[in-house]
This record gives sequence, C-alpha cells and structure tokens, in this order.
Amino acid sequence: MPEIKELVKGLADKYGRARESLMPILQGVVLENNFVSDIAMTEIARELDIATAEVYGTATFYSFLDTEPRGKFVIRVCKTITCDMHGKKRVIEKIEDLLKIKMGETTQDKKFTLLTTNCLGWCHQGPVMLVNSTPYPSLDENKVTEIIMEYMSK
Amino acid sequence: MENVKRVDLIFGEYTQEKYKILEETMKKSNEQIITEMINSGLKGRGGAGFLTGMKWKFTAQEKEPTKYVVCNADEGEPGTFKDREILTKVPRKVFSGMAICGKAIGAKIGFMYLRGEYSYLVPDLMAELDIYHEHAKRFNLDFTIELRMGSGAYICGEESALFESIEGKRGEPRNKPPYPTVSGVFGKPTVINNVETFVNAVMIMKYGAEEFKKIGTTDSRGSKVFSISGDTPKAGIYELELGMTVAQFVEEFGDGDTKAVQVGGASGFCVPRKKFKDTIIGFEGVPTGGSMMIFNSSRSMYNVLHNYLDFFEEESCGQCTPCRVGCQQLLKGIQAVKKGEKPSSYLNQLLKLSENMKITAKCGLGQSVANSFSSIVDNFKEEMIY
Ligand SMILES: Cc1cc2nc3c(=O)[nH]c(=O)nc-3n(C[C@H](O)[C@H](O)[C@H](O)COP(=O)(O)O)c2cc1C
Ligand code: SF4
Repeated sequence: MPEIKELVKGLADKYGRARESLMPILQGVVLENNFVSDIAMTEIARELDIATAEVYGTATFYSFLDTEPRGKFVIRVCKTITCDMHGKKRVIEKIEDLLKIKMGETTQDKKFTLLTTNCLGWCHQGPVMLVNSTPYPSLDENKVTEIIMEYMSK
Repeated sequence: MENVKRVDLIFGEYTQEKYKILEETMKKSNEQIITEMINSGLKGRGGAGFLTGMKWKFTAQEKEPTKYVVCNADEGEPGTFKDREILTKVPRKVFSGMAICGKAIGAKIGFMYLRGEYSYLVPDLMAELDIYHEHAKRFNLDFTIELRMGSGAYICGEESALFESIEGKRGEPRNKPPYPTVSGVFGKPTVINNVETFVNAVMIMKYGAEEFKKIGTTDSRGSKVFSISGDTPKAGIYELELGMTVAQFVEEFGDGDTKAVQVGGASGFCVPRKKFKDTIIGFEGVPTGGSMMIFNSSRSMYNVLHNYLDFFEEESCGQCTPCRVGCQQLLKGIQAVKKGEKPSSYLNQLLKLSENMKITAKCGLGQSVANSFSSIVDNFKEEMIY
C-alpha cells in the first residue's frame, strides 16, 4: 500500500524518527485513516528502526489509537456516572436506532462507528459525546438526532 | 453564597499587559522564587497534595544540566473538568507558571501533556503558545513549551506513566523511587505539576506568599477550583476557599435531597449524609483534585460503585497483579452479592481485598480503589445487598 508508506514517511519527516516520535506518528495515522493497520505498524517500525512489537505494544495500550478499522466518524459516548444519571442510555439507544448498528459496531458504509468512553470532562453538561474530536454536550434524543442527521449528510 | 466563600484567584483577570507577571518575576532570583513558593504552603492540585515549593527545590538542587518541566493536563479523574476551563480561559497563566518553574529549577524545555479527549483545544493552545514564545524572546527567557497529546488512557495522568507516554511508550507506571525530581521524563530531573498548581504559582508571584496564605486554612492554603456535577441545580465550575464542611457545600449546591457526595472522583471518598457536618473538604479531611459528584436519594449507590469499578477495571494498566486481578474480582464480587450468588458476608472479604490492594498495588490507581470501595460499601451496605 503505497499511500500508507507515504503517510508514515510524511509523519516521520514532520515529527522525527526518535522513539518519542512514535505517539505523534500513531496519532497522525489515526487522524488520516481512522485506525492503525498492521501494515501501518510495520511501516512505522521500519521508519523508526524499532521492532514492530514495540509499535504494536504502544498502539494497543491507548484506547484512542484504534487498531481495528473504524468509520469516518467515530462516536464516543461518555459512560461515566453523571452522564449515566442524566440519560446516557436513551442517547445511545437513539444513536443505535438512527444508524441501525449496536454499540461497538461500524455501519456498512464505513461512515460511523459507535463506542463508549470514560469521562470526557463535561459532567456538568451531560450526557456528552465526541464525534472524532468535537464534543457535543447537553444531549437528549432530539439533539442527538439533529447532530447525527447532519453527519449523515456529510 | 453564604455557606461557601467564592474566590477569584485562578480565573481573575491576568493583567492588562501580556505576560506582565512573568516579566516581573524574571527579576527575582531563583532562590527568592523557591522560598516564596515554600512559604506559601501551596500543595499540588492534581490530587496527591505534595508541597509544590519543596518539589521545585529538590529539582533545583539536582546537578544534572538537563531538566524538564511538565504540566499535567491529562485530567481523567471522573467528575473533573476544571483544567479544561483553565486552559480555555487563562492559558497564559498556565504557560507563565511553567516558565517561572523552568527558570527557578534551571530547565529549558517544558511539556504540556494534554489528554486526547481535549484535542479540540489544540488550535487555540498552539496560537497561545506562539504568543508566549514571542514574549519569552522579548525578555530573553530561554524556556520553550511543547504540547504532547495523550490518546485516551486515564493511567497516563499518573506522573511516571505520563513520562513513559511522552517517551513514546505504553503508559505503564514506573517503580518509585526514584522520584521525578531525580529521574523524570527522559530520565532527567523533572517538576511535574497540575495545570491549576502552575496558575497558583503565578498568583503567588503576583501577590506574595503572605497574601496567598490568608486564603484557606493551615493545612489547605489558597483557593480550589471545583468541578461540581450530579444531582445539583448548579452544576459547573466554582473557585472556592478550602476548608468548608461537606454540610456547607451541600447546603449551597445540593438539591435538598442529597444522600451522598463523592469527593475526589472515582479514586476519592464517598461521604454519606450522616457525616456531612464533620467532614472538611481539604487536606485535613477529604482531599480532592476538584471532582465533586452529588447524589440524591433516588440514586442507587450500587450503580455508582459499579460504574467506578467498571472504570478502574478498564483503566488499570494491567502491569501488576493486585490491581489487574483485584479490580476484576471486586467488580465480579459485588455483582455476585447483588444477585444473591454470594452471601452478604462476602463483602467483608472484598473489603479485605481492597485493603490489600492499597498496600500491594504498584501505583496510585490500584492503591486508591479502596477509597471509594470501602467508603461506599461501609456506608451503604444494604444497597449493595438488596
Ligand atoms: C491514576 C492516577 C491518575 C492521575 N491523574 C492525574 C491527572 O489527570 N492530572 C493531574 O494533575 N494529576 C494526576 N495524578 C497525580 C499525578 O501523578 C501527580 O501527582 C500530579 O500531576 C502532581 O502535580 P501536583 O503536585 O501539582 O498535584 C494522577 C495520579 C494517579 C495515581
Ligand atoms: S496499580 Fe494498576 S494501574 Fe498501577 S501499575 Fe499496577 S496495574 Fe498498573
């Protein structure tokens, strides 16, 4: 896959080839491809001259460094207690309904992935979700419908 | 507000002129800065509450020529969202605090480690960093600040795990000692402080240790930024004087039906109604990094504990057995008691297990599971069983 080679090389040129460059490079790959594939890991290892196992070990440690294919829009709903108390469950059910997938799944067209995550730091305005890196606080069924519809048309 | 005292140190106006306090502080000697910090009695705002001035002093004393300053902006403790607000509203105070620390200890590079969940703050922070660097150049300050991102791992808020992460590795906590003041990021002497701690340092430089000490109590100097959520009509961020009781807090922020307050997040303590009056919020009572979660009587404390244990079980780095297996067993254990598969006396065994984790776990995550576990199980036993 020449694109991945190019991408990794570009990121290494930007962030350097020291061990400490690994995190920014992995983050850069996720930003571009929505996940880090095995090929990408091998390519990063080659570029930084470290074992692929080291890259794999680091990547799999972090929940935002997905190593499975994800949709173009990754939805992460906060599941910590305050969001839970303020209607997280209804919001998740609504999203599942709209996208016709279950928690943890990706839509057939590879557009959306639905996940939960731990505290997003919006407890005073829960429930909250991240769509890629954008937070959407104060959700209810109506608001989340509007937001998802908008992403559907993108 | 009659029950609690509002303060306006952290979010208060910085100055008319950009980086004025930093510029003024550059005229002080390193000894003066560190002495002022020690005299202020400021304790770290990230949770552990170590004396900030001492941390700076120990690092300054190290002979190693390369040293670092790290700002912990990982803010992962459930119920905490104050660092995000500080970074949004007063980033200049944070950068100033890091730079003052850098000068005082003899470091030339600072890292801000920001959690991946807050990556939408990056464009604004980068723009602010450009402004900071311009000003630093203007008064010949050789201290640059770099931003490093986390990627969704609570454990990376633990200082040594955070260093590992900056170094491009799995965020697994290290053995201590050596402490960061001797061997921190890249094995060099490092001061690591919370976002809010750095802002306090700036305010101490501005007003002096004596003025700063007038706020709060002997054990808990200064103000604290609280993140208040749960069953409250006034959820949000408040800067309050330390040293109030939970009763005063609830009077102000509760919904009239408060049954418990979780102070300090999932790794903090649960205070039940009958202990509101006698419990002080601060280092002399229940310490908090800022997280205050309020529960009213419609809430099941079993669900609360279950939620926290889910969190720990997921976020445990898995490196040491007491925590990796302990978190799983505590979670399975309360489920089994609830379902009636185990007798209620099994809870005592689980309490013992959590006490064991406190002693044997490698880092603060595993060690602090017992805080919420025993304070919830002890005070709400019936809710765990029926
Ligand atoms: C599991 C765990 C998570 C932590 N998370 C944070 C955090 O998100 N932010 C923080 O400032 N400190 C956190 N800490 C505390 C840090 O290890 C460290 O004590 C702190 O950054 C020191 O800064 P301070 O002295 O200014 O509080 C955490 C500790 C543990 C054990
Ligand atoms: S206590 Fe838990 S989080 Fe800390 S090192 Fe052990 S397994 Fe990792």
